[in-house]
Amino acid sequence: MSALKIKKGATSHSAYNLRPNYSDTVERHTLAVLVENEPGVLARVIGLFSGRGYNIDSLTVAEVDHLGHRSRITIVTSGTPQIIEQIKAQLGRIVDVHKVNDLTVEGPSVERELALFKVAGKGENRIEAVRLADIFRANVVDSTLESFVFEITGTPEKIDAFAELMQPLGLQEIARTGVAALSRGAV
Amino acid sequence: MTKAMTGAKMVVQALIDQGVEVVFGYPGGAVLPIYDEIFQQNSITHVLVRHEQGAVHAAEGYARSTGKPGVALVTSGPGATNAVTGLTDALLDSIPLIVLTGQVPTFMIGSDAFQEADTVGITRPCTKHNWLVKETDQLAATLHEAFHVATSGRPGPVLIDIPKDVQFATGTYTQAKQVETHYNPQVKGDMDAITELAKAMETAKRPVFYTGGGVINSGPAASQLLRELVAATGFPITSTLMGLGCYPASGDNWLGMLGMHGLYEANMAMHDCDLMINIGARFDDRITGRLDAFSPGSKKAHIDIDASSINKVIHVDIPILGDVAHVLEDLLNVWKARGRKTDKEGLSNWWDQINEWRNVKCLDYKQDSKIIKPQYALQRLEELTKKHDRYITTEVGQHQMWAAQYLGFEDPNRWMTSGGLGTMGYGFPASIGVQMAHPDALVINVAGEASWLMNMQELGTAMQYKLPVKQFILNNERLGMVRQWQQLLHGERYSSSWSESLPDFVKLAEAFGAKGIQCHDPDTLDDAIMEMITYDGPVLFDCLVEKHENCFPMIPSGKAHNEMLLGDDSTEGAIQGAGEALV
Repeated sequence: MSALKIKKGATSHSAYNLRPNYSDTVERHTLAVLVENEPGVLARVIGLFSGRGYNIDSLTVAEVDHLGHRSRITIVTSGTPQIIEQIKAQLGRIVDVHKVNDLTVEGPSVERELALFKVAGKGENRIEAVRLADIFRANVVDSTLESFVFEITGTPEKIDAFAELMQPLGLQEIARTGVAALSRGAV
Repeated sequence: MTKAMTGAKMVVQALIDQGVEVVFGYPGGAVLPIYDEIFQQNSITHVLVRHEQGAVHAAEGYARSTGKPGVALVTSGPGATNAVTGLTDALLDSIPLIVLTGQVPTFMIGSDAFQEADTVGITRPCTKHNWLVKETDQLAATLHEAFHVATSGRPGPVLIDIPKDVQFATGTYTQAKQVETHYNPQVKGDMDAITELAKAMETAKRPVFYTGGGVINSGPAASQLLRELVAATGFPITSTLMGLGCYPASGDNWLGMLGMHGLYEANMAMHDCDLMINIGARFDDRITGRLDAFSPGSKKAHIDIDASSINKVIHVDIPILGDVAHVLEDLLNVWKARGRKTDKEGLSNWWDQINEWRNVKCLDYKQDSKIIKPQYALQRLEELTKKHDRYITTEVGQHQMWAAQYLGFEDPNRWMTSGGLGTMGYGFPASIGVQMAHPDALVINVAGEASWLMNMQELGTAMQYKLPVKQFILNNERLGMVRQWQQLLHGERYSSSWSESLPDFVKLAEAFGAKGIQCHDPDTLDDAIMEMITYDGPVLFDCLVEKHENCFPMIPSGKAHNEMLLGDDSTEGAIQGAGEALV
């Protein structure tokens, strides 16, 4: 239901805008899906994407309201505007879904991802790794004489960039949380 | 008021509280406590089917013919997996069902126990919603919620998986009115969009109503309002396979069914219209044909209760999210208040064009004096049964399309067929469900011999409950639709499309204690049909028909509405290129 209930004028893709035709350009959208925290709700969402052939670029889920029994699933997906509209509508009809918000079109939003990087190395590489980590405002959360674990927070692009820089400096492993996102402003 | 009772008792109590009269089911280890409760009461009739698939299809037939949800009860493991086809069928055709499955006790879940299956996992993609109930205290509320979800918004099947220990344990029974739900789909349409549509109707020169199963699912009021709207505007109306009966086949504005095997006038009107008003249909691929050539010059409005149906395959200009009856009521009011305007001259020219298309007489076929043509058999069936209080179910294939073409439906809920999933084996159990709901009605399953054999075991059910369902089998000893496609598309190589080693249907009927009739002569067909109708009990009617008849009109795969095949003469090289890969 939610997909068509987006504030009027807030989206260029609302079905009520009576737009002539959708474009074929693939767009990247961040969707915030508020769900009932029931067993199987994540399986329903993932099953919808796999069953209908939609993309999941990133997915995070955690309970956000213990008393209200609500979890928030943040999905980054990509597709043509028609597919994006369809994804929102399909999510909206899942019984356990309370609300679907398309953060990409509903106004400005912030996106953050947390990642842990294990980098092993000695000598110059080790020093360079710490120097770059400092530039990226990554914290060292574990250290041995031969390795570091860095914790970094930022947009997915920033984390991608950090990963690229760490690659020649002895990058061993990365763990990423996926994107968490909120709309900017009071509401 | 709350009461303590066992989970098994709660199941029966909730069904009674929800007004359920009939449950179709099959017992097994994991549902024995519920069967024990069913045994000790008289409010609910349990119909013992012969296969769980039959239980679900019977519940579908019950639901489609009454507008009430159908209920099925099966055991864990194989009981649940056998229900999957019926669930998927109901999901695609938006039929409200409550399917209750037994499950191994909670402490054994995940241990690969005897007759354990991950039922909620297996059925998640083929139900509207499902639940595994792990606490008896939650059971009653879940049951009530299940009825709400199945019947609200776009209807669909739901499943409740109930472990055996939950059935045995005692808990508190929650009344239906105490259950709070957040699932409340929007039923009223947006007034701006409705006004937009009313305006479009005022100026349209070539409008057409394209209606579907949503009209029937919306309830009798929707059909009434639709009839009023059609009469008031004078617009032509066509319907999908699922929507037959929402507008009477005898009505002046009726164009017949549209789609792959729809009528010439219906498809041509869809192709050439300038305003298409889709009411509760979903632009299914059997309807649209080639998408980029689908009704190229029309403004399209779409009334649907499911937001995901809107703009899914066809981009529409006026989307209206809401329940058909609610939207039609508002639409009628707005259109009337604005002065009941239509473009009279444009409409008159449009009807002239449509009548020209009607004159093509696309349902004509070559009659034969020696062999019964399947179309003829259905024409005679229509003639001899249309005065009766009649319900028709079908299996899937050529006979199904011919039934849709040659039988006339005057009212909603009289036509039960597997549209979206195309489930062979649907019709016979469905007819049992319909007859349970309407004991005195004439219930006929129009079948092909191959489809019918898929759930023939239900003859035992029909006999046990004295359900006088008539099985009208158009026997061409072929998988007719498969054969037709092989002829048109696969160089007449008829791979596995013969029904070999067919049983003697008369003897088969007699083996179950039912009546068997065989007919192969057009001259004796009427008498044979009358014999079937008047016999008080289940009848297997083996109607031996022309073996190589093709079903026309036909829009070949990958073609547009105005590229229909009207008969065998036009089939040479009809499907080529990209169309070959389509189904």
